[in-house]
Amino acid sequence: MIDLDTTDRQLLRELSRDATQSASALGRKLGMSQPATWRRIKRLRDAGVIRGQRLDLDAEKLGFGVTVFLGVKLATKGRVSLDDFERAVSAIPEVQTVEHILGLYDYRLRVVARDISDFERILRRRLMMLPGVGDIEANVLLSEERRPGPIG
Amino acid sequence: MRHYQRDATLNPAELANLAGLTPATCARRLDKLHVHGVIRGNRAVIDWRVLGYEVEVSLRITLDKTQSRAFEDFTDKAKTIPEVVEIQSFLGRVDLRLSVIARDMQHYQQLYRTAILTLPHIADIEALMHVARLKSDEILPL
Repeated sequence: MIDLDTTDRQLLRELSRDATQSASALGRKLGMSQPATWRRIKRLRDAGVIRGQRLDLDAEKLGFGVTVFLGVKLATKGRVSLDDFERAVSAIPEVQTVEHILGLYDYRLRVVARDISDFERILRRRLMMLPGVGDIEANVLLSEERRPGPIG
Repeated sequence: MRHYQRDATLNPAELANLAGLTPATCARRLDKLHVHGVIRGNRAVIDWRVLGYEVEVSLRITLDKTQSRAFEDFTDKAKTIPEVVEIQSFLGRVDLRLSVIARDMQHYQQLYRTAILTLPHIADIEALMHVARLKSDEILPL
């Protein structure tokens, strides 16, 4: 765990909004020299605070009109079945995220599809065929907002 | 888009090279994708665990739909809680999901009591504890 000062927090806020900004542009914004800004960014990356960089895409404009979150309960448990399930589900291209959770379900999946009938195809042909899969609950995503988090 | 999705740190020249385009054509195409809102942004991903946020909880919320402004009131208020990192609304068994991060279980407990439970129009709330993220690239199968 690393300690952040106000400038680090401002940098993180800026980079999570637009990671393509150069160190000199960021430096100008925050009133720092280019090398000082670059050093701070490098420190945040090296410490793993910045885990990576991701494109924020409009899935609908790319032809994926439907996003569904699935809660999946495994019918059979045991280490082998968890491994099998995780490997198989992660290999499905339409499955964007796989999270292991505790509670009502064992896994939460984020699935994209072109439309509802495409989703039905993925559900029947791919997801329901997964090894060990039991109950599935589906919730269709209507809106989503990612917040900056506690770096204010 | 396939290349850029896999590695968002690529600069236009590197992308042009991978896609077999001239840098100028590639830059023009990227501009177009930005202008049309296909690419909404290129964002740094923060690892909250490294910053000391060890706990992540998914709260599935059912709202009291007899209140006509339940959805707006709830989300407006939820946005004021810094530890809420995601707000999603659904058609299905649950109405909303909040992703909440906390430093530890004690911090979570305190957030839950002082911030989450004071949100308006909650009819039911279910908590799922996050254990591990096995796939999180969010790559669209283009």
